[in-house]
Amino acid sequence: MAEYEVVHSKSPVFYPIYERKADLKHQTHYCPGCGHGVVHKLIAETIADLDLQDRTIFVSPVGCSVFAYYYFDVGNVQAAHGRASAVATALKRACPESIVIAYQGDGDLAAIGTAEIVHAANRGENITVFFINNAIYGMTGGQMAPTTLVGQTTTTTPWGRRPVNEGYPLRVCELLATLEAPVYIERVALSDNKNIMRARRAIRKAIELQRDGAGFSLVEILSPCPTIWKMTPTEARDWVAENMIRNFPLGVFRDRRLAMPGNGGPPQRSVAEVLGLTSPSLGTEAPAAATPTDTREWKMKIAGFGGQGVLLLGQILAEMGMREGKEVSWLPSYGPEMRSGSAHCHVCLSSQRIGSPLIEHPNVLVAMNEISLRKFAPSVTPGGLILYNRRTVPADLGVSNVRLLPIPAAELADQLGAAKVGNIVMLGALLELTGALSFATAEAVLQATVKNPDLLALDLRALQAGRDWARQLPREVR
Amino acid sequence: MASEPRGRVQIDPNECKGCGLCIDACPPHCLVFTEELSPYGVHPAHYLGSGCTGCGICFYVCPEPGAIVVYRLSPPPKVISTTEASRAATL
Amino acid sequence: MRQLCKGNVAVIQGAVLAGCRAYYGYPITPASEIAEAAAFYLPQVGGVFLQAESEVAAINMVYGAAAAGQRVMTASSGPGISLMQEGLSYLAGAELPCVVVDVVRGGPGLGNIAPEQSDYFALVKGGGHGNYRNLVLAPASVQEMADLTMLAFELADRYRNPAVVLTDGFIGQMMEPLELHARITSPPEKPWAVRGTAATRKNLITSIHLEPDALEAHVRKLEAKYREAQEREPRHELYLAEDAEVLLVGYGIVSRVLRSAAEQAREQGLRVGLFRPITLWPFPVQALREAARDVRAVLVVEMSTGQMVEDVRLALREQAPVHFYSRVGGNVPLAEEVSARIFEWVETAVR
Ligand SMILES: Cc1ncc(C[n+]2csc(CCOP(=O)(O)OP(=O)(O)O)c2C)c(N)n1
Ligand code: SF4
Ligand code: SF4
Ligand code: SF4
Repeated sequence: MAEYEVVHSKSPVFYPIYERKADLKHQTHYCPGCGHGVVHKLIAETIADLDLQDRTIFVSPVGCSVFAYYYFDVGNVQAAHGRASAVATALKRACPESIVIAYQGDGDLAAIGTAEIVHAANRGENITVFFINNAIYGMTGGQMAPTTLVGQTTTTTPWGRRPVNEGYPLRVCELLATLEAPVYIERVALSDNKNIMRARRAIRKAIELQRDGAGFSLVEILSPCPTIWKMTPTEARDWVAENMIRNFPLGVFRDRRLAMPGNGGPPQRSVAEVLGLTSPSLGTEAPAAATPTDTREWKMKIAGFGGQGVLLLGQILAEMGMREGKEVSWLPSYGPEMRSGSAHCHVCLSSQRIGSPLIEHPNVLVAMNEISLRKFAPSVTPGGLILYNRRTVPADLGVSNVRLLPIPAAELADQLGAAKVGNIVMLGALLELTGALSFATAEAVLQATVKNPDLLALDLRALQAGRDWARQLPREVR
Repeated sequence: MASEPRGRVQIDPNECKGCGLCIDACPPHCLVFTEELSPYGVHPAHYLGSGCTGCGICFYVCPEPGAIVVYRLSPPPKVISTTEASRAATL
Repeated sequence: MRQLCKGNVAVIQGAVLAGCRAYYGYPITPASEIAEAAAFYLPQVGGVFLQAESEVAAINMVYGAAAAGQRVMTASSGPGISLMQEGLSYLAGAELPCVVVDVVRGGPGLGNIAPEQSDYFALVKGGGHGNYRNLVLAPASVQEMADLTMLAFELADRYRNPAVVLTDGFIGQMMEPLELHARITSPPEKPWAVRGTAATRKNLITSIHLEPDALEAHVRKLEAKYREAQEREPRHELYLAEDAEVLLVGYGIVSRVLRSAAEQAREQGLRVGLFRPITLWPFPVQALREAARDVRAVLVVEMSTGQMVEDVRLALREQAPVHFYSRVGGNVPLAEEVSARIFEWVETAVR
């Protein structure tokens, strides 16, 4: 005897009872005839058929479908208005094995979330986006959507949408189809039985593509909103057929596989390796011959023009100080000031914990150019030292009570054949004249940081040149 | 006696919101609104009891996940004649 | 092992140690090196770095990664933080842990890129909508940029709430020795996360509670968490405060200046001490009241027109007179400047 068997019934991907709902736990919260419910059913059916229920993460938007998590018995994440594709991006990257579905309305996706959807699509995120276009803001009671048709009245277009004021309806599929990365973009409509079955196929395909790791897919579904449109459900369905499809042509806008270059990424290493926690190769383990007796506080300001190695000289000094067991700080000038060409940095070396890293009154000023000399020389503390990158100092400088020594570092560097080591020449002179740090440490730091042997040799010669120049200065100025 | 309909549907008045989309979409027009109101105050859809082909269209146009269950008559086990079977084997 | 490290880079080194494996951000001076360091380090240890299309997208990506249970962070500065306020509110509402670093620059508007402390209200008092708090930590050195970032991850997970590292352009840009303690942490189990697995299928991450009673219950639950944090988490540091007659209060880079100012004032014979809040929220109210018990005056110094000083006044009420000194626009007060102020006040007080 023939028997009846169930061929269509509630999908197991829906909760049998909607416990998260406060009341009416047997029904959805959608209005009678609303397209959201139909799309939910098509999605649920696919998830069940493809056996993806455990793997699915459903990102619900803000809009009438904000409560999609009442219904879908899958992992659920509720996102802020317009941000579903950004949230989905990170979920997918955190859980590459999952199936991430972002479900968004037209206000959510095509207005407030325009940037997020365009960029998620452009990155080719391996997610599936279902875009419910009902040409209206449903949840908030019928304001204009970016997809509202020309002439359509809404609560915020009481005389109908006028392109002169509101522009034209936004065609999302066409827009996204200009991008390289998306693999599948289709527009379907809930306008009649046939088109609903097309929607069913499109939804299935989009999820299959994600399952297969193909990349970004989006299905736009033209969907009735009888309540706000003030129509019966059948009238609304027909309005989709007659008006929406004319403005939003159905079809496949993109369907191709794409191999995205650059899959490899960097080599994988352990945290300890990456952070250098294991290798003493940086050489900071063994402090070079230190000058532990030097308990003086050094407050150095190094100033000049970008490209003179001012910041680097400061960093070398700080690195040396650290290796000699001192407390150190290095503070650069940064930002537009650097762009304008001038640069300076503050270096503190101390045997005590350092308070302010900001030096108002340095006891050593290295002025690599005249502008910095004039700018900072007056702030040097009495008894302090100024090293100036020239053979002579300007006669009208008018600072007293400081030692102002001309060190032609750039010139000496030029003689060595490389103007850029002027800062290292200066370092040699500075070490010789202050005794703040040892030459051995300077050499060790240069050895550790300059990998190119030719450059290292040059730096070491520059260091020596600065030292020699300082040594031949008359004792009384030293 | 008319042969048994190929399909049958069951509509849950607890879930049906009376939107009428299924009624409008059913090709053999075998769905109607009930006279009585459901507890929600709508006229739910209702199967007339005959004519259903089990096509499933009403299920797909219905926005409610669990309002409609569609049944189809499972085909009676085919009696395959031995001649047919042997012919199939030679294909 | 000590290495010379930039504050902004130290943040990421600490984050990597803390098990952070995802960074979503958008460039802005003076925080960009944090993104750059994340782009360098995270992909090498199996993590994700993505430069988002905006801070709005970035913080919502943080939301997604946090929902999946990852230790995740972002960093920005004033203008970007303004855009992230929406996401912070959602993260707190959905009880998602994350770390946000604000390398504060001058404002309002585009302001400039020099250091300020003018985002205190925006992050300590809220900034986003609704009843929520950020846990806010204020590093004062490169070492603390790493250490407090690590702590921020811990606190964020402990309270399932965003934790903020509130710092400034100077601490971010400066270099100091950094000692990384090779204590590589793995994040705690997060059974509530949504990961696309059978075990997490029933989980839901949301901030909606439609019924007033349900939302009240939820907000009360958050409130209870915040109260617990207020009891357990305040942190501070004292310097020369034991016998102080004048107590300086400042955080971040300002606390460094105040250290020097206290020393200078002591050289000139005035017993000045320093109270440095390490947690700005919860504010170390009790500790401050104790530190200020015997002082003649309290001087709050900020690189804002007066934001934290409100919390100091709230904490101390009538206990001690609270004075305020500030520099803004990217100007950092100098130690000399502050100690001169102290003497001025002391003189007027004596007169
Ligand atoms: C930042 C923000 N702005 C505004 C809103 C209010 N809001 C909620 S839903 C919505 C529009 C929903 O329209 P749509 O995305 O088309 O979804 P529908 O309700 O039509 O399904 C708006 C403006 C919000 N929740 N958040
Ligand atoms: S308002 Fe429109 S979109 Fe929202 S539930 Fe009702 S019919 Fe659906
Ligand atoms: S299954 Fe087909 S024939 Fe049967 S009621 Fe539904 S639409 Fe009508
Ligand atoms: S389509 Fe569904 S909800 Fe609408 S009347 Fe038919 S059974 Fe009821």
